[in-house]
Amino acid sequence: MSGAEVLLHATTVSLVVLTVAMALAVVRLVRGPSLADRILALDLITTLAIGYIATFAIRTGFALYLDIAIAIGLVGFLSTVAFARYLLSRRLPPAGGAEESR
Amino acid sequence: MILAGIVYYIAAILLLAGCLFALLAAVGIVRLPDLYTRMHAASKAGAVAAGMALLAAGLASLDVAVALRAILGILFILLTTPISAHLLARAALLAGIRPGAETRVNDLDANEPRQD
Repeated sequence: MSGAEVLLHATTVSLVVLTVAMALAVVRLVRGPSLADRILALDLITTLAIGYIATFAIRTGFALYLDIAIAIGLVGFLSTVAFARYLLSRRLPPAGGAEESR
Repeated sequence: MILAGIVYYIAAILLLAGCLFALLAAVGIVRLPDLYTRMHAASKAGAVAAGMALLAAGLASLDVAVALRAILGILFILLTTPISAHLLARAALLAGIRPGAETRVNDLDANEPRQD
């Protein structure tokens, strides 16, 4: 087999394995006992989406997909930071107001 | 074009290794006992998985501009993943989510005086 054929089969295998991984992350997203578990599962899903898009860029040959992957990474980072701050601000204010929520 | 064939083989190996790391992260996020160990699996193995897939895409394009963009994306992921994992772990700990029973050392425990 030539290198291009090997790469095509590798993208097929990679898409299947990434789909299984994303399904497992969705299991944690649905089951997750706390809100932080769900935020973590969403973070992993965006990371897996970056891998998915990179695999798709190889398969189709369109290099522009890499820009979309970088943009999704940016959005995923910002959403995780926003969710973490929401998680901090959601807890009830302490009785003495001793610790400021940053 | 023998060089392109070798580059394609390397990209295929990187892609397969990356998707195995992705599967490892997903299995870890389902099987590990508490939030902080799950975070340990998801943030590190997930970042390696996305980085390897991006590197494979950059190599397989056989184009320097595209490879540079892929390297930029990898650098971005390597910069932002630890920050978001740290923020999420700190927020979860301050929000009162306890580590599992196996965790012995907890330097940020709210019940103990902070030493800083």
